[in-house]
Amino acid sequence: MRYSGFKVLTEGFSGNRGWTRAWREPEPKAEYDIVIIGGGGHGLSTAYYLARNHGLRNIAVLEKGYLGGGNVGRNTTIVRANYFLPGNQEFYSHSLKLWEGLEAELNYNVMHSQRGLINLFHSDGQRDAFARRGNAMISQGDDAELLDRAAVRRLLPYLDFDNARFPVQGGLLHRRGGTARHDAVAWGYARGADRLGVDLIQNCEVTGIDTAGGRVTGVQTTRGAIRARKVGIVVAGRSGQVAAMAGMRLPVESHVLQAFVTEGLKPAIDHVISFGMGHFYISQSDKGGLVFGGDLDFYASYAARGNLPMVEHVMEAGMTLMPMIGRARVLRSWGGIMDMTPDGSPIIDRTPVEGLFIDCGWNYGGFKAVPASGWCMAHLMATGEPHEVARRFRLDRFATGHLLDEEGTGSQHNLH
Amino acid sequence: MRLTCPLCGPRDRREFYYYGAADYLDRPAADAAPEAWDAYLHLRDNIAGPVRDLWYHDQGCGSWLVVDRDTVSHEMLSVRAVAEDRA
Repeated sequence: MRYSGFKVLTEGFSGNRGWTRAWREPEPKAEYDIVIIGGGGHGLSTAYYLARNHGLRNIAVLEKGYLGGGNVGRNTTIVRANYFLPGNQEFYSHSLKLWEGLEAELNYNVMHSQRGLINLFHSDGQRDAFARRGNAMISQGDDAELLDRAAVRRLLPYLDFDNARFPVQGGLLHRRGGTARHDAVAWGYARGADRLGVDLIQNCEVTGIDTAGGRVTGVQTTRGAIRARKVGIVVAGRSGQVAAMAGMRLPVESHVLQAFVTEGLKPAIDHVISFGMGHFYISQSDKGGLVFGGDLDFYASYAARGNLPMVEHVMEAGMTLMPMIGRARVLRSWGGIMDMTPDGSPIIDRTPVEGLFIDCGWNYGGFKAVPASGWCMAHLMATGEPHEVARRFRLDRFATGHLLDEEGTGSQHNLH
Repeated sequence: MRLTCPLCGPRDRREFYYYGAADYLDRPAADAAPEAWDAYLHLRDNIAGPVRDLWYHDQGCGSWLVVDRDTVSHEMLSVRAVAEDRA
């Protein structure tokens, strides 16, 4: 079924009885050409682009829970292309362009809202760094504007500009940055992949990866063995466990990152605001809730919840930046499991096992990467060669020293 | 989350710095193969369940600590000084 405004209208007049399920619920077949492990944003977009860009049809996505039940439903929905390093720049630039056409492409309203992202700065040194970053973004073909204090004040009059420790001196505005509806991205790709014949198999946990003579031959699952010529591991925080099934140790450590949302309020915050020095960022959802977060809890964790010290820290940072939010009541908080790499950048690459591919290491920046990650992983799995914009996301770059340390914080998993 | 420091007793998590997996205690020989150094610095078992970590009592006695901990439940199983752990 094709979705349209006209369809909404006609269904509205006929009691909404004509809507059909957005995707099938097939039984797993005994064999596929390609199996994708993980039915989150990246896994679903990989399956979609394998079918859409490469004409492949005999594909299954295996999800241990329900589609989109992991990090794609547990993030703060920010979409941006404001990276600095060659390797990251072209990838996120490609991703943002895919976002800009995503709703038409998927025939699905992902509520992509380019409301503008503002990174605040507080010192001369920070201004220089942001000016340099902005120039790099413009060189890449994306947009950036350096705002002085007065310009930030016009856009964000409610900030505390005269904080004694971090007075706001200006900001870097990325107008094409913004947010999207997180679940809808997973659902849109799921529906799109299903319509192209991909089998989306839920409640199907992979328990083993079968290999013979250094080649992948299939997977063992809670719903039986499935043979496959190629297998892609796209499981974010659980990458360590799934890779271990193929005898691999990854340069990944899983950490918990918390986020928070308040009760719904009238529109107050029109942009995405990032207060890096306070480890705080915030936007307002279309439903009205203030969505905000901060840093990792900074210890390895698989608990999808964090601890109170970081809750307190995030609240303090928010109050420091914009005291007006102090009366808003926090509705809920949650934690996502972040697959942290030592340099803070992702991995889309082959593995030592022939036919086995991996897409992981998204740290806390995976949501905006969903379209390009799937695009590039599909290219890699279909052609055997890395996509041009993801060619530096190599699994062996830590061994060879070709790090992509965007933050310049050093080669340790918990520093990014 | 609280850690029971062997010198200071039970203290809030905020007093401690998490350095990483206890892999950092098994430093390869200076002339070890590059693969050994890659494994030491970067590769991790990344277990969901009981793990061994290296922590530092940053805002306390300054001890380096080996912590047995569950990454799923956040339960602290044991905290020992590195020196004691190696003895």
